[in-house]
Amino acid sequence: MTDATWIINWSLLALEPPGWGGVLLNGLVRSLEIAIGGYGLGLCLGTGGAIGKLYGGPVMRDLLKVYTTLVRAVPELVLILILYYAGTDLLNQLSAALGYGSVDISGLVAGIFVIGVVEGAYSTEVLRGAIQSISPGQIEAGRAFGMAPTKILLRITIPAMLPHAIPGLSNLWLIATKDTALLAVVGFSELTMATRQAAGSSKAYILFFCAAGVLYLAVTLISNVIIGAIDRRCRRGIAGESA
Amino acid sequence: MSEAAKSSNADNFFKPHRLCLIALALLLLGCVIGFMRWDWVPHYSGLIAYGLGVTLLVLFSTSILGFLLAVPIGLVQVTGPWPLKAVAQAFCTVIRGTPLLLQLWLIYYGLGSLFPQFPAIRHSFLWTYLRDGWPYGVAALAISFAAYEAEVMRGAFLGVPRGELEAARAFGMNPFTMFRRIWLPRALRRALPTLAGETVLQLKATPLIATITVVDLYAVILKIRQETFATYEPLLLLTLIYICLTAILVAAFRYLEHRIPTSGA
Repeated sequence: MTDATWIINWSLLALEPPGWGGVLLNGLVRSLEIAIGGYGLGLCLGTGGAIGKLYGGPVMRDLLKVYTTLVRAVPELVLILILYYAGTDLLNQLSAALGYGSVDISGLVAGIFVIGVVEGAYSTEVLRGAIQSISPGQIEAGRAFGMAPTKILLRITIPAMLPHAIPGLSNLWLIATKDTALLAVVGFSELTMATRQAAGSSKAYILFFCAAGVLYLAVTLISNVIIGAIDRRCRRGIAGESA
Repeated sequence: MSEAAKSSNADNFFKPHRLCLIALALLLLGCVIGFMRWDWVPHYSGLIAYGLGVTLLVLFSTSILGFLLAVPIGLVQVTGPWPLKAVAQAFCTVIRGTPLLLQLWLIYYGLGSLFPQFPAIRHSFLWTYLRDGWPYGVAALAISFAAYEAEVMRGAFLGVPRGELEAARAFGMNPFTMFRRIWLPRALRRALPTLAGETVLQLKATPLIATITVVDLYAVILKIRQETFATYEPLLLLTLIYICLTAILVAAFRYLEHRIPTSGA
């Protein structure tokens, strides 16, 4: 056992069952599923939140302020614990009260919900700032042309705010991919949890944690390339940024 | 629409709907205090205070350690020779691209499983510390803070106007004096607003060390949950404490920012 940690035993990373490579890749897929789902949910919440904060009534604005402040002040780990347990508990009680009996909530749905609520608070602020940085004249011009509000949103607000929003939104995507690791603490079998199991049973801790690190890093680097392409496309036609 | 929003923002804080919301919140708070179980609080107050102390100690020690690491890492990315620059950039990319929990477990389980194999370490005075979880936790959190803060410092160093550095050189300051008297203070002033945000993020990262057996505030609350079978009450208290800590940190940094004159910065 002692030399297994010294001489790297690459066969431990094999994809077939004696090796743990397949388990790690499976965990990576689960992590990405949660990250994509949570990020999507967060974007929906963030869009609604930003619109509510900018155009909503005073009560709506205050409630949204409470939401964004609370979520951003409490550690993600604590939020995950509260939302994971309290959320499933509440849902169970609700369905029991309605007479459906207890429902079995999959870890995937709970994970997406938790990451989505956290991401929603941050993306509310990002999108609000981006919408505010559009010069009001552009929207007024659209209104003067007789565009309907939805058309103004689709043709003016969204395209004009995207260049301002993309740096913040790309950061949020990277945070979402890394926050999925926290679900390992509540026992959800994503990449970090799978890594810990593989490392624990083979005692090759450094090998497996480094392998998982490489996988996370690959996700980050590939994301950066894609974000760069999207960013260039959104910024096309904007003067003064020739680099 | 926007003018109406502006004029209502200019009004004072207490408006009819806010008073209603505050009353509603107080009612909710009353229900929470009245109908939930809080009898465990006096019994565990000493333990909670201990956990709070550990959390704060870890927060400040890792922030300071991480910041001391971040200054040279940020500096070599701006002026260093290319090998050092490449190493610093690779360090920042790797640390910022992987989850902190993974780094923490890599250091704790990985190094923790390597160290006992060296008899030299096992028989040295270090072993009494290395058996515990906290040195690994402090190392991981400090490294993480350093990587995020180094990027901020890199930007801050770059943002100091060239002319000021040239003026210092023209006065005959040697590079170290120039760094100490001009470059670092000017960069710190620029980095201060982001430093507040990074410190809050660091506070929010501290509960992770509970996963490697360090008894901080989060671990204390988990222990209370297990012993009293109170499911939500300890978590609510934990949330409240973290919100208060965040508010205090933000207020402290805002005070610090106002103390430093920023004309022309």
